[in-house]
Amino acid sequence: MMADAPKKIATRAAYGKALVRLGEINPDVVVLDADLAKSTKTDEFAARFPDRFFEMGIAEADMMGTAAGLAASGKIPFASTFAVFAAGRAFDQVRQVIGYPGLNVKIGASHGGITVGEDGASHQSVEDIALMRAIPGMTVIVPADAMETEKAVFAAAQHKGPVYIRLGRSGVPVIFDDNYNFEIGRAALLREGGDVTIIACGVLVSFALEAASRLSEENGVSARVLNMATIKPADDEAVIAAARETGAIVTAEEHSVIGGLGSAVCEITAERFPVPVERVGIRDAFGQSGTPEELLRAYGLLPEDIVKAALRAVERKRGTTR
Amino acid sequence: MLGCDVHCCQVPALAEDEVRMLKERARRVRVHVLRATAEAGSGHPGGSLSSAEILATLYFKVMRINPKDPGWPDRDRFVLSKGHAAPALYAVLAEAGFFPVEELLTLRKFGSRLQGHPSMKHTPGVEMSTGSLGQGLSTANGMALAARLDGRPTRVYVLLGDGELEEGQVWEAAMTSVHRKLDNLTAFVDYNGLQIDGPVTDVKSLDNIAARWRAFGWHVLEIDGHDVRAIFAACEEAKATKGKPTVVVAHTVKGRGVPFMENVVDWHGKAPSRDQAEEAVRRIEQEAE
Repeated sequence: MMADAPKKIATRAAYGKALVRLGEINPDVVVLDADLAKSTKTDEFAARFPDRFFEMGIAEADMMGTAAGLAASGKIPFASTFAVFAAGRAFDQVRQVIGYPGLNVKIGASHGGITVGEDGASHQSVEDIALMRAIPGMTVIVPADAMETEKAVFAAAQHKGPVYIRLGRSGVPVIFDDNYNFEIGRAALLREGGDVTIIACGVLVSFALEAASRLSEENGVSARVLNMATIKPADDEAVIAAARETGAIVTAEEHSVIGGLGSAVCEITAERFPVPVERVGIRDAFGQSGTPEELLRAYGLLPEDIVKAALRAVERKRGTTR
Repeated sequence: MLGCDVHCCQVPALAEDEVRMLKERARRVRVHVLRATAEAGSGHPGGSLSSAEILATLYFKVMRINPKDPGWPDRDRFVLSKGHAAPALYAVLAEAGFFPVEELLTLRKFGSRLQGHPSMKHTPGVEMSTGSLGQGLSTANGMALAARLDGRPTRVYVLLGDGELEEGQVWEAAMTSVHRKLDNLTAFVDYNGLQIDGPVTDVKSLDNIAARWRAFGWHVLEIDGHDVRAIFAACEEAKATKGKPTVVVAHTVKGRGVPFMENVVDWHGKAPSRDQAEEAVRRIEQEAE
């Protein structure tokens, strides 16, 4: 499927366009940013709806609090900044005045993970999903491509309560078309398979598909691929079905293996249907400067890393079933 | 020291019966605070007592609210940024009719709607969940912005502690209020001079509070925070002030109204015993007579 260079669009770009479309149909939607509107792509909304855009300056804590106040007055605020600031710097604000009261604030967190690239570890969030997932009642979504991002933005606006949407800086291949039916809490089956299931989110979904093709062609392994865009609430049933039907699971995410998608899947399988799980993710480390490609390679997040993990999982499955 | 920096004489004054009524409400707030914290065995009486007149004047004279319809969209809103003064907020809410006065004695108990710090999800009339200091002004700004967007007459009030001004977010928010010209927002600082670890000036010197706010571009008033006339006049002046938010630096006494609590740091976060509470209530009632 990667024969022709696929069309690549960054999910942050799709986010910016989706906000404009959402703003056109929903007058309650307002957008806040903390001096990163050009990067998070909220500048398009700002230009189109200046009265409903609030530039908060370099003050993420204040931005989250202001968003909470707007939500308490019936608005649907999308508060945007880099993931590392949204989840890290403003964690307490998100917890205290958005999460605890269950306010209807949507956090559009761009520049998630290490594919931020050259800016280095200070700007690369490897733990934001873990932080946000731990807040009671917080919905966490990591879209895989531009189409899923647009649908997630609209679904988030429909959803009552706080939502964290993690977006990427770098272009990613378009996987879904307009017929895709995105639902919060629902994993999407992208490829059927019986030997192992690769459960991925965000940037690593297209890599998971590539890995599944290679596993089939080079190793004779039939891999199911699930796109689990909603990390929380997780699609327990899809994970359990994968465990039951394929007996081995690989998770793949651009995030620490501690607290993200891999952890979520392990929690479900450990409690309800234990099978071998291999986690592809960042191994308790900070990022560093480099191109996204260099970093994906250095941190073991490429299709070949998923292939190796899948082979390990299949081997473990056979070992335990023998 | 305790005068407006603009001429107050032009704003409407309270009638004598209104002054009596507000003092009586403040007195009842104090009684509720003492009995509820004694019953709970924990809580923060000192900073609740220092804010009694501010809360009483806001809820029984200044703010447009409807306890029978807590979600009335055009209502004025109050955010208790110094959330530990919850016993005083609950007292005015109960007195105003948002929930029964008897419920005040369930403060901090398991299953109660009256959580240790204000929770908008639990308690009718509470407009924002607070308790983690430094966050209320940002949320109040959001409410003021929403009111402006919707063209509502809503005015937003927020009460901060003086020690709370040590939180950096307060000053982020203070910049936002001014940048957005939020003249529908009035902040009060309950300047009682004490925080848990000691006098505010010793913990982290906060000299010239008024000058700090002025430097941030606010319209600043300084009043006696136990004088209901001055509180009302400040709110009226804030309403008449266009193009910028107003902050009222309210000089207060921590533990006010209870001689053994006044200006004693320990009563920040310690509940009176039942006997102490009843002794304090007797003193308050004697004073009223």
